[in-house]
Amino acid sequence: MNKLNFLKPDRQNLNTYLYMGSFLFFISLFDVFLTSFFKINITSFLPSTLSFLLPLIFGVIGLHLIRIEFSGIKKLDLINKNINTNNFNAFLTLFIIFAIIKSIPPILSWFIIDANIAGDTKEACTGSGACWTYIKIWLRRFIYGMYPNDLQWRINISFILLIALAFVGYFATERLKKFLTLYYVVIYPIIAFILIYYLISGGSFGLMWVETGAWGGLSLTFIVSFFCLIFCFPLGMFLALGRRSTLPTLRYVSVGFIEFWRGVPLITVLFMSSVMFPMFLPEDFFMDKLVRVIIAISLFEAAYVAEVIRGGLQALPRGQYDAAKSLGMGYWKLHILVILPQALKLVIPGIANTFLALVKDTPLIFVVGLLELVGMLNLAKTNPKWLGFAMEGYVFAAIIFWIICYAMSRYSQNLELKYKTER
Amino acid sequence: MSDSIIQIKNVNKWFGDFQVLKDINLEVQQKQKIVVCGPSGSGKSTLIRCINRLEEHQEGNIVVDGNELTEDTKDIEKIRAEVGMVFQQFNLFPHLSILDNCTLAPIWVKKMPKKDAEELAMKQLKQVQIDDQANKFPGQLSGGQQQRCAIARALCMQPKIMLFDEPTSALDPEMIKEVLDAMVNLANAGMTMIVVTHEMGFAKEVADEVIFMDEGMIVEKNNTKDFFANPKSDRTKLFLSQIL
Repeated sequence: MNKLNFLKPDRQNLNTYLYMGSFLFFISLFDVFLTSFFKINITSFLPSTLSFLLPLIFGVIGLHLIRIEFSGIKKLDLINKNINTNNFNAFLTLFIIFAIIKSIPPILSWFIIDANIAGDTKEACTGSGACWTYIKIWLRRFIYGMYPNDLQWRINISFILLIALAFVGYFATERLKKFLTLYYVVIYPIIAFILIYYLISGGSFGLMWVETGAWGGLSLTFIVSFFCLIFCFPLGMFLALGRRSTLPTLRYVSVGFIEFWRGVPLITVLFMSSVMFPMFLPEDFFMDKLVRVIIAISLFEAAYVAEVIRGGLQALPRGQYDAAKSLGMGYWKLHILVILPQALKLVIPGIANTFLALVKDTPLIFVVGLLELVGMLNLAKTNPKWLGFAMEGYVFAAIIFWIICYAMSRYSQNLELKYKTER
Repeated sequence: MSDSIIQIKNVNKWFGDFQVLKDINLEVQQKQKIVVCGPSGSGKSTLIRCINRLEEHQEGNIVVDGNELTEDTKDIEKIRAEVGMVFQQFNLFPHLSILDNCTLAPIWVKKMPKKDAEELAMKQLKQVQIDDQANKFPGQLSGGQQQRCAIARALCMQPKIMLFDEPTSALDPEMIKEVLDAMVNLANAGMTMIVVTHEMGFAKEVADEVIFMDEGMIVEKNNTKDFFANPKSDRTKLFLSQIL
């Protein structure tokens, strides 16, 4: 047996180092596991500081011992290369692993073990964890807002129809494929508007009218986001083209518009749309609060979309313009057939960014009295019967928003892959 | 002259204070092949870019196929559709397949039915011997193949005139030949061509006239044989001694 050199582990005594190192490493993990999950401190006989730091010390020594270059064991080499290159990295690795182990028990106990979901009153929540009863009881309000309970089927049907219609593209035959863009850009939004106007809003065909002030919750989040996305994108595109136009008037109008909307906070825009805007309108002219809000957000976000798209337009080499022009294409053909398809593909990440921000900005419509998901949460948490459950509400909202945004983000990544052709 | 298809008279052009074209006069007959050469920065590219108005000239007249290029030419697009152009950097549309690159303009500019456009495109691609690449994207092709596709794309518009702006300058030496071959075939088929190039072999083989430009002026304009055998100006002699 060769002499062991603990300062510089080598291949000769590979197994010795490996066993000692892993033993120390797993001891440290086990210690942290016991203290955090079972509150047992096996090193309690030591001074408290030392007892606290012991797993870290053991772990670092253990990782040091298994740091053997070209050990011949694939997995070990992989670990050494990625998370155990030197003592400092070993320390960081341990620190992260310990933090994860330590955070599991409190999270688990708050979300599940000590949480309550049974019962229908505040008194049912006896555990120290979350009170999901609160979410359960208020779920209807969180989804439909103040929309009358017996009319909520109208919202359900509208949304189910809209989701079903969104998947038309998958079933289109080859002959109908060329109309898909037209369908998604023009027809689908019109169908959505008609459904929302006649079914959700009601007022005709014997359906009871439900004023937009009563709409709310998650369904309102979807309605506002959907229409704002649809309106702000083409508007932003025209603004981007306008800003790059050679016609001075058009250019200055676009620049002015973009700079104005980018310079004001959304919350003031919404406030003005509900308070100041009607003052400039004739007496008998009525525009619904929700419509005003959607227009305001669309104009606001269009300015951001415009700048993102302009970035894409500027990234295209001049040769693309030259080539398209030399083939006899005019301004619109050049842009629609050659420039925009490439520019829009380039800016998918930027557009996704803006759209995510838009969805997450929708809670701000509370300033005009429209209560979507977060607005309803705020309302519910001030209900005298249900005081003190703000935490559950916000966690719930965070999860819902995260799901929506993550889905959008994944979709944008898919789009990027789908249109990836060159290079 | 009745059958001169391009007439350039006293054309001057400035980029800011810098005069790129100085009093250019040039007539191109139908089916004539003209090679323009000269050192870089001499205004060759600018000159041919003026012919389809990718650049605007500030003084003088340019008449292409009976239409004068002026600021209020409303149907500049019609003229451009009759003048094909091939660029140094190929400038293929990277988001479209080779076939779609070729059919895009015929379908949308000339309103050709899709089937006819595809037939025409395949014919042109076969001419330049890349019909087997029709469904690939430009990024998957070699430089020489891309440039040949660019030639086919321009030809799909069935132009009366073809302009080449240093078509081989961005290519590897072994790819230059395949592009030049395609251009020679085109010349033999009777196309009117103006070619900016440094390939003197090509000039000797196909050109009817060679123009030498320097500092924005046409220094020498001569038929091909005389241009190479006994150039008139000293500047041309110097240039030729360096390049040949």
